[in-house]
Amino acid sequence: MSFLLTCPHCGVREVTDFGYGGEVTKRPTGSPDRRELNTYNYFRRNVAGVQREWWYHRSGCRAWFIAERDTTTNEVHKTEAVG
Amino acid sequence: MSRLAATPGERIDRSRPLGFSFDGKPVTGYEGDTIVSALYADGRRVFSRSFKYHRPRGELCGCGQCANSLVDVDGSPGVRACGEPARAGMTVTHLNAWPSLEHDVMSATDRFGGRFTQVGFYYKTFIRPRRLWPVYEKVLRRAAGLGRLRERQDEREWETEYRRRHCDVLVIGGGVAGLAAAVRAAELGADVVLCDEDVEPGGALLFEGGQERARELADQARAAGVEVLTRAAAIGTFDDLVPVVQGSVLHQVRAARTIVAAGAIQQPLVFGDNDLPGIMLSGGARRLGALYGVAPGKAAVVATVDDRGLDDALALVAMGVEVRAVADLRPEVPGGPAARLREAGVEVLGGLTPVRGHGRRALEAVTVARPRGGGERRIDCDLLAVSAGAAPALSLALQGGARAAYDGARAAFRLTDLPAGMFAAGAAAGFDDRESAERSGLLAGAEAAASLGRHHPRLREEQVRLGGERPEPLVATPPAWAGEGGKAFVDLDEDVTVKDVKQAVAEGFESLELSKRYTTVTMGPSQGRFSQLPSARLIAAETGLDLETVGLTTARPPWTSVPLGVLAGRPFEAAKRSPVHARHRELGASVRWAGDWMRAYDYGDAEAETRAVHEAAGIIDVSTLGKLIVRGPEAGELLDRLYPNRISNLAPGRIRYGVLLTDAARITDDGTICRLDEETFYVTTTSSGAGAVEQWFTWWLADWGLDATVTDVTQGLAAINVAGPRVREVLARVTDLDVGKEAFPYLDAKQAKVGGVECLLLRIGFVGELGYEIHCAGAHGQALWDALADAGAELGVRPFGLEPQRVLRLEKQHIIVGQDTDSESTPYVAAMPWIVKLDKEQEFIGRWALEQRRGEAPPLELVGFRCADGKVPAEGSVVLGDDGTPAGEVTSARFSAKVDAVIGMARVPNELAADGARISISDGGQRIEAVVTKEPFFDPEGEVLRG
Repeated sequence: MSFLLTCPHCGVREVTDFGYGGEVTKRPTGSPDRRELNTYNYFRRNVAGVQREWWYHRSGCRAWFIAERDTTTNEVHKTEAVG
Repeated sequence: MSRLAATPGERIDRSRPLGFSFDGKPVTGYEGDTIVSALYADGRRVFSRSFKYHRPRGELCGCGQCANSLVDVDGSPGVRACGEPARAGMTVTHLNAWPSLEHDVMSATDRFGGRFTQVGFYYKTFIRPRRLWPVYEKVLRRAAGLGRLRERQDEREWETEYRRRHCDVLVIGGGVAGLAAAVRAAELGADVVLCDEDVEPGGALLFEGGQERARELADQARAAGVEVLTRAAAIGTFDDLVPVVQGSVLHQVRAARTIVAAGAIQQPLVFGDNDLPGIMLSGGARRLGALYGVAPGKAAVVATVDDRGLDDALALVAMGVEVRAVADLRPEVPGGPAARLREAGVEVLGGLTPVRGHGRRALEAVTVARPRGGGERRIDCDLLAVSAGAAPALSLALQGGARAAYDGARAAFRLTDLPAGMFAAGAAAGFDDRESAERSGLLAGAEAAASLGRHHPRLREEQVRLGGERPEPLVATPPAWAGEGGKAFVDLDEDVTVKDVKQAVAEGFESLELSKRYTTVTMGPSQGRFSQLPSARLIAAETGLDLETVGLTTARPPWTSVPLGVLAGRPFEAAKRSPVHARHRELGASVRWAGDWMRAYDYGDAEAETRAVHEAAGIIDVSTLGKLIVRGPEAGELLDRLYPNRISNLAPGRIRYGVLLTDAARITDDGTICRLDEETFYVTTTSSGAGAVEQWFTWWLADWGLDATVTDVTQGLAAINVAGPRVREVLARVTDLDVGKEAFPYLDAKQAKVGGVECLLLRIGFVGELGYEIHCAGAHGQALWDALADAGAELGVRPFGLEPQRVLRLEKQHIIVGQDTDSESTPYVAAMPWIVKLDKEQEFIGRWALEQRRGEAPPLELVGFRCADGKVPAEGSVVLGDDGTPAGEVTSARFSAKVDAVIGMARVPNELAADGARISISDGGQRIEAVVTKEPFFDPEGEVLRG
């Protein structure tokens, strides 16, 4: 895996500058039952295609942001700051 | 030292001689020489012994591509002497021959090896009996191989500088095509990097009379802003990353577009004893003369299948080498060059090719004949210059996803499909002659720039023009091999002969991929540059398949050998040291790694240090603790959601212990939270957890969008824990603060000067004795340490390290996250249900999983234990269940002098997690009996701690 990411704060950097936070998931609300909670904790969609995912600029501004990346080509369509 | 008359294009500076040694003998060369050119001028022709048969080998390529002149330079093995510039004072030694290059006892394998050296013998022979493999391995390793690694670690140290370079266009290869491409792309405004393996860009221009054009183009490129990297090899294509190695610098080049202009590799011919020193590529022979003023031989025969060989023959004549004959495989030798050769008195023989080399240590004569027999002639010579066509250097393009097909007219493979973002120019793209190569370069540069939105006005025009002017090459296809007798080498690196490949095919290894692995053909250091095409040709001949079907293997990275240190050398490791580190060293601490930190493990006597804490007091540097400042109107809300207990109701100046959980309620870290004021919290984490906790906090903060900030101040602050019965006496000497029981109760935090240093004092205790954790600015850490140490010296205070701390906290059954907990440990498993506040209104992380487990007995529970005798079970030892099967695990164990027993903690099944329960621990072979003790061994009621 080797590609460039554009940190919304710092600019274009090597992927090795970043930490990967996995696909964006939706945290349950209310009182999830065991199945819902386990699905949230342990299951991922693992799409082959464009995915919204978390990245952390570990060797830079140390901010989390969201990227849209094609998991089959590593092409990053866009990145956006959060919060 | 004999040299040809000086020529304008030569690379050597005859006014600057330099000396170095080869195998202990002094050698003199000139500035600009390679090791090989200087040795050639000195009359040496043999540079190595071959890999398997230990046959003497001479120079082949003259440009650092072949493995025929691997030497050891100043202790580094595997240096290509024909590409390595000579430096004054360097120590060069040969590899792979003993006792000397001239007399190598292992060359007996060449003469008497017989069945012991046939292909596959290694797999077939040494497999039985298996137990003897270690012996075989020793012998084989000594017999084969390419040099010795340095033995001591400090001699092997290698520092690589990693440089990241993002650019618009990377041009691989600095020949005429690459230079033209770089110039064009840069002139159109692209940010261009060009890398070339030679000491200067120019490629073949440099030794084929085009050095002025080369320098002109290089100047133009630099003027246009191209970053020109010389002696810099692109070693592979990994997605959009091309690593370029330049000495000890690894440029990690990521280019939006790549132009492959890596040129072509002149090919050798396969015939009997084609490896004799004196048989070399005609281009290499020409280089030696043109760049270094060294005559490649006295009397030469040139064997060719194309015009390049004829051109090289004319160049040899011009430099004064007596060319006795040119054997051109093509029956009709093209008139122009042939006439010029004949004019110069050179005999031109059409339709002939070498079938046998003669000579004992070096070439003495060559027999040429028609490839299918007949017309034999033996010609005395000491140089056979070979030109068997040129194989485009496609490997880097193929690694990047390009495809290649066999082109019969050129007798070589050529690129057909390029992946998106990749362009090709020059010989790599099939443009062999200088003029069309330059044009193809200009076009590739323009196309790459255009694809980045930088258009050239006449792009279309140039595309059309180039399409129309590809001259038809006139190349004869070399025979798979020619002649009988001698050893005919297909691969000089690995000593693979025609016989070996034939046998592999006969044994069923018909596919190129299989025979490659069986015979190791193309697997040597030159990565198949000179053996891929000949071996494919041979397999085609043996199997009756055409070359298109036989195909091509893709050489794996690194395309050019590089020291392992470049790829796997020690990276710059972040060794974190506390601000007090120098003191620990002075005190004779044994310093060990603890995560990223270098920490004092003990100061020579862990037991005495432990005792001092119990009897007087001890000081320990805990600057390694992670420290975060969480601030903002919603900081309390953030922490309430992150911790299972309540944080927002903490009063300013008060402290609470907390564990961090995942949404599966697994414990990931622990520490203390101190509220400094209404909006500010000071959070400590484990020493190794600071980074992960900061990430965790900021991630949720980003997701929830609360009005708070998280700042990591770990390395900005120092912290020293002072603990023991006499701690108040110590503090009284260094601070005006009232540290008494009433004025400064347990879990309070106060700011005060200690030893003149502004500090934050936290009344908490990890080690169990009455204690204060004192934090201050990192710069004053040493002053604080000194103040405490000096104040305590006459009270019996000692510094204590990590090991005594582990004993002390074990006496108190304080857990270490990661040591006593694992990825399955919830607060219920870790025996701290009290930390979970399910009546809290916030939906904190881990709440749902905890709610679902509430009231269930956890499958395992963390308990303390005391051993019946003095044996200390290893951490990780098995706790046996009633039926004698593994049921739990020892997480910590130490001998405690205070308790006067071996104590520890273990995760045990629920039914054994009762005070007084007897457990059996199995540590390897031995059985250790222990009793479960759920309350702390020391100060179970916490009276000391709160006192």
